[in-house]
Amino acid sequence: MANLTINGETRYVDLPDEVPLLWALRDGLNMTGTKFGCGVAACGACTVQIDGEAVRSCQVAVGDVWGEVTTIEGIGTPDNLSVLQAAWVDHQVAQCGYCQSGQIMQAAALLAENPSPSDAEIDDAMSGNLCRCGTYPRIRAAIHDAASKMQEA
Amino acid sequence: MSRIGKIARRTFLIGSAAIVGGVAFGVYAARKPAPNPLRPEEGEVALNPYVLIDADGVTIIVPKAEMGQGVQTTWATLAAEELDIAPADLRIEHGPPGKAYYNRGMGGQILPVPEYKLSGWQEALGEQLSVAGKLFNMQVTGGSTSTVDGYEKMRHAGASARETLKEAAAQQLGVARSTLKTEGGAVVAPDGTRLPYPELALAAAEIDPIVADLRPRGDWRLLGRSQPRHDQAPKATGTAEFSIDVRLEGMKFAALKRNPYQGGAMNGFDPADALAIPGVEQVVDLGDGVAVVANNSWSAMQGAEAVVFDWGAGNYPATTDAIYARFEEALKGDANSTLLDQGDADTLPQGAQEVSADYQVPYLSHAQMEPLSATAIHHGDRMELWSGNQIPIHCRAAAAEEAGLDEIAITLHTTLMGGGFGRRGFTDFTRYAARLATKMQGTPVQLLWSREEDMTHGYYRPGAIAKFRGAVQDGKAVLVDGRIAGQSATASFMKILLGIAPAGPDKIHVEGAFDQPYAIPNARIRGYLAKFDLPVGPWRSVGASINGFIFDSFIDEMAHAAGADPLDFRLQMMREEDPRSAGVLEAVRDISGWTGKTPEGVGRGVGFCYSFGTPVAEVIEVHQTEDGIKLAKAWIAVDPGLAIDPANIEAQMFGGMMFGLSAAMHQQITFADGAAEQMNFYDFDAVRMNTAPEVVEVKIIESGHRVSGVGEPGTPPAASALANALFDLTGQRARRLPLADQFDFVV
Repeated sequence: MANLTINGETRYVDLPDEVPLLWALRDGLNMTGTKFGCGVAACGACTVQIDGEAVRSCQVAVGDVWGEVTTIEGIGTPDNLSVLQAAWVDHQVAQCGYCQSGQIMQAAALLAENPSPSDAEIDDAMSGNLCRCGTYPRIRAAIHDAASKMQEA
Repeated sequence: MSRIGKIARRTFLIGSAAIVGGVAFGVYAARKPAPNPLRPEEGEVALNPYVLIDADGVTIIVPKAEMGQGVQTTWATLAAEELDIAPADLRIEHGPPGKAYYNRGMGGQILPVPEYKLSGWQEALGEQLSVAGKLFNMQVTGGSTSTVDGYEKMRHAGASARETLKEAAAQQLGVARSTLKTEGGAVVAPDGTRLPYPELALAAAEIDPIVADLRPRGDWRLLGRSQPRHDQAPKATGTAEFSIDVRLEGMKFAALKRNPYQGGAMNGFDPADALAIPGVEQVVDLGDGVAVVANNSWSAMQGAEAVVFDWGAGNYPATTDAIYARFEEALKGDANSTLLDQGDADTLPQGAQEVSADYQVPYLSHAQMEPLSATAIHHGDRMELWSGNQIPIHCRAAAAEEAGLDEIAITLHTTLMGGGFGRRGFTDFTRYAARLATKMQGTPVQLLWSREEDMTHGYYRPGAIAKFRGAVQDGKAVLVDGRIAGQSATASFMKILLGIAPAGPDKIHVEGAFDQPYAIPNARIRGYLAKFDLPVGPWRSVGASINGFIFDSFIDEMAHAAGADPLDFRLQMMREEDPRSAGVLEAVRDISGWTGKTPEGVGRGVGFCYSFGTPVAEVIEVHQTEDGIKLAKAWIAVDPGLAIDPANIEAQMFGGMMFGLSAAMHQQITFADGAAEQMNFYDFDAVRMNTAPEVVEVKIIESGHRVSGVGEPGTPPAASALANALFDLTGQRARRLPLADQFDFVV
């Protein structure tokens, strides 16, 4: 059982402390934007941020969450897209779309730390996030595009 | 309420029906007038339309599995082209299972002849066979057929709806229909009066649907241009609902655990340790496995690992070596197929140089990003289910069987899918959820497969071996004689679809080899099948995923033996045989600046395969770096006949190639003691952003040949293009996959 701060709101999770954050979000709070892909930090589909750092939520027990959690639901909505999400739409990134929540949360953490990443820096940050449809070129393009839009802003 | 529509162009029938507050239009094809699926007989499941118009607007039903290939947007665009409405204003739904939604695009793939050689009458026969598909409940998404299937009928649905709405407006305004036009989702009168479609829907339902000619290609405003996909914002915000995201009031979370000796019996189990895990509520016996039910999925999965089982053995060889020994044995028996047999393949032509090579490819998991799941609730007299599947009619039937209910009492919602690649063309995950819900009546339950459960249970892409012998003379191939042995993916899939495994030659087992557009005077391809009960099935590009690598690698070997440039060698034998294929090879040569020469430290390979009606050629360039071999660049050329949505074709081509490269480099399912050895992405990896090649260009050629699919054809040439590039770089010929066992790639 834990009180968590998620997307700026305090939420009570009525699940055992050892349950990973991923499942607290998905099953405890019905916040299904964060996805299950592997359960072993091998695919990145479950990426969220804790205090701005990208983490694999399948590997963080809900009792061990050390800061404020930000999920895909916290950074924008279809009617009010964040700059990064808008770049994702502009570049038509998604195919099946299942990995994209994790890709976006990883990319958001990258841009917060490095506002103008090079291709190599994007590769370094994003290579833990698997996509089976092969959307990588458009992910890269969307990150570059969002980076320049954020700098203009 | 209307009568059956007139017989439209070719064999299309158009129907309409009144619905609450509006009208529905459907188009269906049959060899003779068939019952209007919009007006079912009493007791039949209702209404299988494509266009619904009511007070809320216009809805397009796309009864196809959306697995990432963009079919929902493509089908909606086909209808919108005729309906004169902005695609962004359309709502798109999958709709219920329906026999009227049978796939009319699959017929040509049934005929045992190379598709590039199909004549007009054979194409027509193929369509008729597709109509027969209706008998088999073939509402199937697969075989790269969706655009072929929807290309005419969705435009007919749009055109019929448009003209009928205009007629309703004409009657209301007291003017001739011909004076009216349509734009932006409204009928517009000469004086500028706009009547939005929803306002005309009730009146349109009273009018016999009007059949209109389809607009010529020159008038298209949407088709042929890249369209924004309607699912981008939901998928960028985590709001798109996949099968695994279904949440119902009071829902329980369950994890499946089945016998790792696949198909073997469950002799017994002890649930005590599982029940001791916090959150676990019960362990349900599913006959050949269990579902551990909990208040969250993680506890359920922990519980599934804690149950102690007594498993029976599977009915297949227990090790990889023993499986491949069965393939060797199959080669000594009778051939299942000899679908290519021309000239004299037994005799080495005088003066020709013999070439021979053996190949081996592994079993593969689909490893779609979203692990399998389905959700169900059994209400006693009816069941409601949610599953991301490619065969909804079959899934509904499986659920009805499990629930002990008539099919009409089953409501199946087909959700978005986090990848499919063929794995969702089976009923198992839907069936197990239905079985569990039947044992938990009144309680909604989601049954999830852990990644390990998913990966250790087929239906796998079957492994195969091949022995090829050929000969070259004067720079050309004069003989190719190939024998391919493996398990049949077709048999298991057809057993699900038709209830029986068809006898006779298995075309799919040898596709990608027997059907390639080369003029080789002496040529024979024989298929040999080994039969045992390891579950196998279609995997993106199916037989061509195997034979594309084997056959095209052998062509490359013959080119080198002949001292010819590998691309030019292919081209010389292709020009007369199939100009369309030669066109893509020439295109990839031009865009890649192919010279046949590469500097030290750089290797280039070309791969070609004609599959699912679409020729694709790929060039891959590899670089030797300090950290290992890097896939540096790729070029792809494709001819889908017509390019309905160029951006989507590019995405499918690159994605298909990446899928093939991932398998070629990293992936295999091996077996020890009767169980699959790979568990998760750490031992079944895929290409990642840092190891993916840069795609310099995807060249789309529109030869004007009938439209053909693009979902799968990008996959088969990838493995051979890469292996051929590695040969160019290192001089080492790869005849076995995966390549990471033999080459040191950048990771």
